[in-house]
Amino acid sequence: MSDHAHSTTGLVHHFDDIEQQHEAGTLGMWAFLITEVLFFGGLFGAYAVYRSAYPEAFMRASSHLDVDLGGVNTIVLICSSLTMALSVYAAQKGSKRGIIMGLLGTMFFGAIFLGVKVIEYKDKWDHHLVPGDNFIFEGNPGGPEQLYFALYFAMTGVHAFHMIVGMVIICWMIKKAHRGDFTPGHHPLVENFGLYWHFVDIVWIFLFPLLYLIGAHSGSHT
Amino acid sequence: MAAHSVPLKIYYGVFLALCVLTFLTVWTAKHDYGLLNTPIALSIAGLKGALVILFFMHVKYSSKLTQLFAFAGFFWLALLLVFTLQDYWTRDMLNVYFFKPH
Amino acid sequence: MSSTLHTPAQHASATKGAKERDTYLTADYGWKSWLFTVDHKRIAVLYLISIMVFFLIGGTFALLMRAELMTAKGDLFEAETYNKLFTMHGVVMIFFFLIPSIPAVLGNFLVPIMIGTKDLAFPKINLLSWYIYLVGGGATLYVAITGGLDTGWTFYAPYSSTYANTNVAAAAIAVFITGFSSILTGLNFIVTIHKMRAPGMTWFRMPLFLWAQYATSLIMILGTPVLAITVMLLALERTFHIGIFDPALGGDPVLFQHLFWFYSHPAVYIMILPGMGVISEIVACFSRKRMFGYHFIAFSSLAIAIFGFVVWGHHMFVSGQSAYAGFVFSFLTMLVAIPSAVKVFNWIATLYKGQVSLETPMLYALGFIGLFTIGGVTGLFLAVMGLDRHVHDTYFVVAHFHYVMVGGMVMAFMGGMHFWWSKMFGRKYPEAMGQFAAVVIFVGFNFTFFPQFILGYMGMPRRYHQYNDEFTALNVLSSAGATILGTGFLMTIVYFLWSLKWGQKAPQNQWDAKGLEWEKAQSPPPTFNFEDGERIVVTEDAYAYTYEESHTGSGHEVKK
Ligand SMILES: [Cu+2]
Repeated sequence: MSDHAHSTTGLVHHFDDIEQQHEAGTLGMWAFLITEVLFFGGLFGAYAVYRSAYPEAFMRASSHLDVDLGGVNTIVLICSSLTMALSVYAAQKGSKRGIIMGLLGTMFFGAIFLGVKVIEYKDKWDHHLVPGDNFIFEGNPGGPEQLYFALYFAMTGVHAFHMIVGMVIICWMIKKAHRGDFTPGHHPLVENFGLYWHFVDIVWIFLFPLLYLIGAHSGSHT
Repeated sequence: MAAHSVPLKIYYGVFLALCVLTFLTVWTAKHDYGLLNTPIALSIAGLKGALVILFFMHVKYSSKLTQLFAFAGFFWLALLLVFTLQDYWTRDMLNVYFFKPH
Repeated sequence: MSSTLHTPAQHASATKGAKERDTYLTADYGWKSWLFTVDHKRIAVLYLISIMVFFLIGGTFALLMRAELMTAKGDLFEAETYNKLFTMHGVVMIFFFLIPSIPAVLGNFLVPIMIGTKDLAFPKINLLSWYIYLVGGGATLYVAITGGLDTGWTFYAPYSSTYANTNVAAAAIAVFITGFSSILTGLNFIVTIHKMRAPGMTWFRMPLFLWAQYATSLIMILGTPVLAITVMLLALERTFHIGIFDPALGGDPVLFQHLFWFYSHPAVYIMILPGMGVISEIVACFSRKRMFGYHFIAFSSLAIAIFGFVVWGHHMFVSGQSAYAGFVFSFLTMLVAIPSAVKVFNWIATLYKGQVSLETPMLYALGFIGLFTIGGVTGLFLAVMGLDRHVHDTYFVVAHFHYVMVGGMVMAFMGGMHFWWSKMFGRKYPEAMGQFAAVVIFVGFNFTFFPQFILGYMGMPRRYHQYNDEFTALNVLSSAGATILGTGFLMTIVYFLWSLKWGQKAPQNQWDAKGLEWEKAQSPPPTFNFEDGERIVVTEDAYAYTYEESHTGSGHEVKK
């Protein structure tokens, strides 16, 4: 039945030529990223509504985050985006070693990011700042402050989930790269995964100021 | 596929710019500019995002169609935000109160 | 009418007997060849079978509700049971029948053939979407048998997030999962239509069905993710009490409505746009004319897809939304009626002086035009804020959206199924039976839902299992109509199944229709849609019907 006969060029039967196949793949990836923008978009919408309704509560709650850790993680994620871009560059130049080094670098920085995230989550857990029935904010049950933390966990949680998925895919790609599946003219997986990873980076670029920095000028409570 | 490989110099340049902008946004956040706090933070984030999209994601060198797709997602996000907030930000108009934010 | 144009090759293969003709149905045998297929046509058939299962389930819920409403007293079901019935009816019909119906069945089957290519851009993702649909459907059935769901299909907070005693979290997850099947279908269509059109198949040579599918796909990928994240927040709120929709913590239940309707109003267009595409094909074929105002119909699909995104607040006029926002949404809602009306006028203009013949698909198409117009115009009533306060949450609303969804989308789906049945399965359905059933469905539909306009205007609220005595007569009429409607659907299902084995063998082009699927592909098509190795090249516009040219002299317009 589905004899997707892979020729040496990687052309799948129902496309006319490799160029059409590549363009279709790239466009499909961008269409997928549109869905991702709107998936996060619902959370950004909720954030916009509640932040504008409760600006002071959001500042108070935000000052319980560690700006330094958030800043470090931002730099870490930018590094991972650079290594990802370098991996794509290596794929275009046909350097197998370059692809794998780039992917390993991305993996490495991604792991650091998630490690820092675990430390931060643990700290919120210890301070009863995880929304739910045990939530306590500065000694009180907390009203809109809890909304802030609900959004914090939802947004960073969905973001972290995307990174975990990304890192699983990286493992698979490293295996494929090792096998020599990517040629200079045909490495759509590397290209399209690069788009995905950069997108996840962009989400964080917005999450960082919106979650960490809104209370920064009023002094840290931690 | 047009292997539009971007010169390495550009990647490193964008990387440096992103780092600098990160420090800049932290630095500005530690000062109080009143009403301008959020617009400043969002502008810097928007600039960083644009750099990533244009260079790391090659949109600057891509087809018009890809550029349109890259734009469309953010445009629809804007629709969601604008048309939701036009409700919340006008709850006080015409003296009709259903839900008071404060 | 039924004259056919066999190519010599087909004559040869037809004489060798059906067994040897290599169609997508006979290319391979056994359940594995179906469950692991990546052929868009087989996936369409898989979808057809599964949506029919859900249609029958959802239809059963509807008939049980109509049975309860035969009498003013709540004597057949408890109030709670009735709540579960209308909720499950809505969830099943909307997420598991209406949304996938035309895109996932007819769209899957026809999009690649109509643009002259072998398959969708991502065949494996296409199959994946069906499996995701099954998982979501399975989760919904799990909810149905483990206590049901009583929130209404809209899942409104704070009832759903705090007070409901049913399995809201599981239902939310089911909807979340199903959304991805819809996203993947839309993504596949968009890429396919952009990148895989045959040489010569320019955008403005595409059949209008494809324009409609493209517009629908845009809504699927732009709207569905917002629904997904919304029901995810709902499940989190319900499970962990994170406060996001909880007024006690400053959360706002109206925010749920905003996010929900950001998807769910455009979802109405996911349900109706593909139907409009089908109607365009049928009207052109059975009028034997070029489509009047092709460009207007094409662009009106895109206009609906785009402007449909900024009208959602018309569901929230009495929710506590600001009066200003209500005004804006009301105004925009009236504007979005324009592109729909553009289509209706162009269809009617196509009928004008056409060689109209009334086979079953055309009966459904004409039914669609009338019923959709009623559904659309009553939608304008509801877009008026003052009137909406009177009829909000009454049977007027119920009648309105059933005129659009059943009178519109289901009619179009039925019309499309009859139109392309011989293309899909190589056999004709019995025409006289088809026409009879179409009339039965039309009559049954109007008896069911027209009384509900009156009931709603008189003030009968929706979603109650009992009502005041004065509403009895109209409710009995409605229930009687539902019986006729149900009978019509059952008849159709029976003769469709019958025709698979005993139906008359269909020629390649049963209707003498234009379009690649009729002119270039056998019935049923082979696995890669066209003759081996044939690269389709398109040289003429869609709907190159010749009736007009041979009947000049009336001088009503300049012919191309
Ligand atoms: Cu609506």
